[in-house]
Parts: sequence; C-alpha cells; structure tokens
Amino acid sequence: MLSIQNLHASIEDKKILNGIDLQINAGEVHAIMGPNGSGKSTLASVLAGRNDYEVTYGSVEFDGVDLLEMSPEERAREGLFLAFQYPIEIPGVSTTNFIKTAVNETRKHRGLEPLDAVAFLKLMKERMKLVKIDQSLLSRSLNEGFSGGEKKRNEIFQMAMLEPKLAILDETDSGLDIDALRIVADGVNTLKRADNAVLLITHYQRLLDYIVPDFVHVLYNGRIVKSGGKELALELEERGYDFIKQEVAEEV
Amino acid sequence: MSLVETIQDKYNELNTFAGNGLLGSMREKAFEKYNKSGIPTSRHEEWKYTRLTSLANKNFELNATAILPSDEVLNSIRLQTEYAAELFFINGVFIKEISSFQNDAMVVLPLNEAAESEHKNYLHQHLNQSSKYMKDGMNALNAAFTANGLFVLIKKDKVVDKPIIIYHLTDTTDDNVFVQPRSLFVIEENAQVQLIELYKNNGLQESFTNEVIEIAVHENAKLEYYKVQDETENCHHVGTTHVQQVGKCFTHCVTVTLNGGTIRNNINMILEAPNNEGHLYGLYMVDGKTHVDNHSIVDNVMPNCFSNELYKGIMEGNSTGVFNGKIYVRQDAQKTNAYQSNKNVLMSDTASVNTKPQLEIYADDVKCSHGCTVGRLDNEALFYLRARGIDEKQAKALLLNAFASDILEQVKPEALRTYIGKKINERLNIDEL
Repeated sequence: MLSIQNLHASIEDKKILNGIDLQINAGEVHAIMGPNGSGKSTLASVLAGRNDYEVTYGSVEFDGVDLLEMSPEERAREGLFLAFQYPIEIPGVSTTNFIKTAVNETRKHRGLEPLDAVAFLKLMKERMKLVKIDQSLLSRSLNEGFSGGEKKRNEIFQMAMLEPKLAILDETDSGLDIDALRIVADGVNTLKRADNAVLLITHYQRLLDYIVPDFVHVLYNGRIVKSGGKELALELEERGYDFIKQEVAEEV
Repeated sequence: MSLVETIQDKYNELNTFAGNGLLGSMREKAFEKYNKSGIPTSRHEEWKYTRLTSLANKNFELNATAILPSDEVLNSIRLQTEYAAELFFINGVFIKEISSFQNDAMVVLPLNEAAESEHKNYLHQHLNQSSKYMKDGMNALNAAFTANGLFVLIKKDKVVDKPIIIYHLTDTTDDNVFVQPRSLFVIEENAQVQLIELYKNNGLQESFTNEVIEIAVHENAKLEYYKVQDETENCHHVGTTHVQQVGKCFTHCVTVTLNGGTIRNNINMILEAPNNEGHLYGLYMVDGKTHVDNHSIVDNVMPNCFSNELYKGIMEGNSTGVFNGKIYVRQDAQKTNAYQSNKNVLMSDTASVNTKPQLEIYADDVKCSHGCTVGRLDNEALFYLRARGIDEKQAKALLLNAFASDILEQVKPEALRTYIGKKINERLNIDEL
C-alpha cells in the first residue's frame, strides 16, 4: 500500500530524513519508535504533505501512485490520514460542519453522492460511540478549548468518519491518561480491517500494549536502523535507546 | 466645475431657500468653519492615509431635492424583514413620502419641521454635538447644508421590538452626485431601539456621501446601531456616527463594510454619565481598490464606564485599510474599563493596513488595553483543514468565515445577519456552511 524508498527530506537546509525505506501492506500495523529528534514527526509531516519540508531525494508510492506529487487534500482524499500530534484549535469553524465538509469532499473524490444531513448524523452518532466522544464537543468550534485527551479523541473520531486506507498516528498517545489511551486504542482496533493499514509513531511502548503492531521500526538520525516484531518494542522499553545508538556507532 | 466650486455656488441658493431659524444659524456658522478648513488633505494628521483631494477636484452635482426611484429599485434594496419604520434617504435627502413610520413608540419628522416643533429643545441640546469632536471641514460641510434631514424620537419607556431601517440610496444613473444625509435620533429614558443604516447605490456614475448621524441616548435606554455599507466601487463615503450617552445607558454599535470606493467611517462614543456601557464592533472585508478607514473615539468623561471595541479586517486585492482608535479617559473618569482590539488578515501581497491605537489617559485608577495584529492566514490551520481533504480555496474560505464570525454574531437582527452572512459567503465563494 505504501512504499517509501530512500526518502531524504530537509527543512531550511537542515537534513532530517536521511534515506528511509519502508514498505507497508494492507492489513498491517507498523510502529515507528525512536528518540527525540530522530525524524519521526518529520516523516509523518512529509507523508501528509506539509510544505515546510523539502523532499530532496527518494520516492513514496501510495497504492501505486506518486504520493509526493499530490497536494495534502489529494492525499487525504486518496485515503491517507494523519492524526496530528498537536491538533490545531480553529475558533469559529464548527467541528460538525468541518467534518461534514471533509467527508463529502472525500466521497466526491471517490465518485459517491454527498451524504445528506440525516445520513451524516446517523454515521456521526455511530462513530461517536466508537471513541466515546460527546455530542457537545462536536457542536463547539474545532478543538477550541478541548482538553489534550479530547483533541486526540477528536482526531480518532475524524479517522473513523473518513475511513482512510492508511492512518498515520503521530504520537497520539502523548498526553493521554490510561483511560483515554484505552479508548483511543479501542477505536483504532475496531477500525482495523484487512484492507487498511496503520502507522503508529510513538516514543513509548505503552501504546503498543493496546494496539499490537506487526512490525516495529527504530528511527535514528533520519534512518530506520532496526526493524523487528513487537518484541523489539519491549526490548527498547527495557534497554532504552542507548543500545541502538551504540549499535549504530559500532557499524560506523 | 469641481466639487469645491459647486459647494460655494450652491450654498447661498440652499441657504436662502431653506430659511432661517435654528438650522439657519447652524448652517451659517458651519459654512464659515468649512471655509476656514476646507476639505481635508493628507497633510491633516487625521487624514494622513485617506485622500479626498482628487474627489474634491472632481465634478459632482449637489442638489437639495432628489428624483424618486422606481418601486422596483426600492424593492431591490429592501431587507427581507419586518420593521418598525422604514426611512429612505435618496441622494442624501430624507423622503417622507416613501418612508413608513406608523408607530406610536416614535416621532419621525424632517429635521426642518422638528426645528419648529415641540421637540426643538432636543435639537438645541443634541444637534451638531459631533462638531465638538470632528474639527475638520467635512463635518462642518454637512452642517452647512443641513435642511431636510431626519429627526427621530423614541419615546420614554417604549421598547421598539422591530428594527428601524434607514436606507441610503445613491442614484448615479445620470451624474456624479455629492450627497449629505443628516439625522438626529433621541432615545428617551428607558426606551430601546435597534437602528440599521444600509447603504446601496444604483448607477454607474460616482457618488460621494458625506453623512452625519447623531444619536443621543438617555438614562437607562438601550441602543443597537448597525451601519452596513454595500455600495459599489464608484461610491465614496465619509460618515460620522456620534453616539452621546447622556445618561447611564447601554449602546452596541456594529459597522460592516462590504464594498465601496474611498470610505471613511468615524464613530464616536461619548460616555457622559457614570456607569455607562458601550460596545463598538467593526468588520471590513474589501477587495479591488477599496480604501476603508475606521476612526473611532471613545471618550470616558465620568467614572465607572465600560467600553469594548473590536474591529476586524479582511483585505484582498489592492485594498487599503486604516484603523485609528482613540480612547480618552478624562480626569474624573476613575475606574474606567476600556478595551480595544484590531485584527487584520491580508490575503494578497498588494493589500495593506495602517492601524493605530491612541490612548490618552488622565485618570490614575483605570484599566485600559489595546492590541492590533496584521497578518496572513494561519498556515497550520490551513494545513490541518487540507489534511482532511478540504481544498485550499475552501479551507481559506472556512478560516476567513470563522475570522469574521465573531463580528457577525454581534449583529443581532436576524435578517441583517443573514444578509451580511450571505454577502460574505458569496465573496468567499462558498455555498453554505
């Protein structure tokens, strides 16, 4: 589904990604871990199309098409979803209207009729239960005055509404207490299907207790330096990132 | 003939025709004052960014009477709503015949009739109060030609439950016109009223409006005032709204500029009694070559007054904006709370805004704050919306709509809010949100 080859990216002449190779297939859950500053969030941003970053080398194919050629909205409509690490507060834009616009833009792209008010509300009610999000939140301005946990749940709620092929969760676990984490994880697990995939970006192994990955990759200095199964995450939790840094140093 | 010459030419004609009395002596003094100061140039500090010289040199007709527009034209400018009174100014002249104001909560008279009526004391008390604050030639020029303006009295204890709507129509089908509407509103004790001024035009020639409206609000009364400018680029406007809070009262004023040529809005809020409360809001959303200048004065004369001011601007194309907000806190005005904010979004490289807060505080126990911003749309917010599949244009529209919404929601009459909301959406090219 997603094929990243030798991806290099920089911001204002500072190199952040130094040759990433990653293959994600339908039905898989991948986790990317790594110390601060290793390039995790940059990877998420580059995939979602944030224009602060310049891709200097490499390619990304999403279902056989060149992802890097597409605008952020085209990527979203093609089924790529980024759950933001820091969801933006947008006063004056109603959450419900925003999601309705987003859903219908995606439907239009897929050649489907827009949902009418009744069908939209029905879908919304159903998906709200999934992330235990309250109606009162959705009638407010987008993320305005939401707590950290509410913002993250709203991200997963949007994911549930948009039904992406590939969901990238950028440190969705940060700032969540254990109950909120469980709700978010339950939501993601429920939405998991054989024809979609999830890329989790996280610092901590904690999230992976709830969303079990098929593959774990360690990102360091803008490269994937180690890949393995879910047991790699446990090893990292136990030994910290230092042993990875050491291994990398020894290779050089 | 230039406008400056036409003014000299027409003054005597009008003055003779309009007779003496209260208005006559006001005209005379004002004309003298006008002759001393003339039409302001950009050398005048208050007019640094708003240039009238080229208008002053242009040919404009100046007439004391107006040709009535067709019913079709009148209907096309009407708001779809119920009203307590519907008052028409056609080319600056109040036309009683086509206005309707059958309502026992109010008295409506042409200003010259009011000057001879039982209400003439109110004219003595409140007419031309704005000249104390507006020292430039434009204010004097309006007073120098005041004859057939509008006088409205909202009677004591009356709550007018539907809005009073003043339609200003400039008809420029044949000639360039210079028009000078003049109104005096007196809101008596415990009365409440919503007043709307809507500016529309018809025709392709140029118009130049020089308006003065004075509103005196008495003890415990409540005023909502809305000024909505929706003319085309060939229409220029200098207008002063002077709100005198005579007794402890509440006022809420919103100025919305959707389109026009060169526009200068002065709004003065004079808090003359203790414990007064006043709110000023403004939204300007302009494009092309439109120039919009909002000058406000909030004068805290007595203690314990509260004022809040928020103006927002969306500037596209080559438009230029000015915000100048003066707050005076006089020596006796202890415990004043006065807040002011001006926020602007520039949507093009060629649009610009000059914003200037100006606070003069002579009391020592007050709370005042001011702030202004000029910037572009938030890129992070834009990216967030686009990352959900909303295209760039629509995402911008959503954000601008949101930016404007906190002024729009200050427009309480539903029909007017819908009207403005629709105009904003049309401009942003969005169907419904």
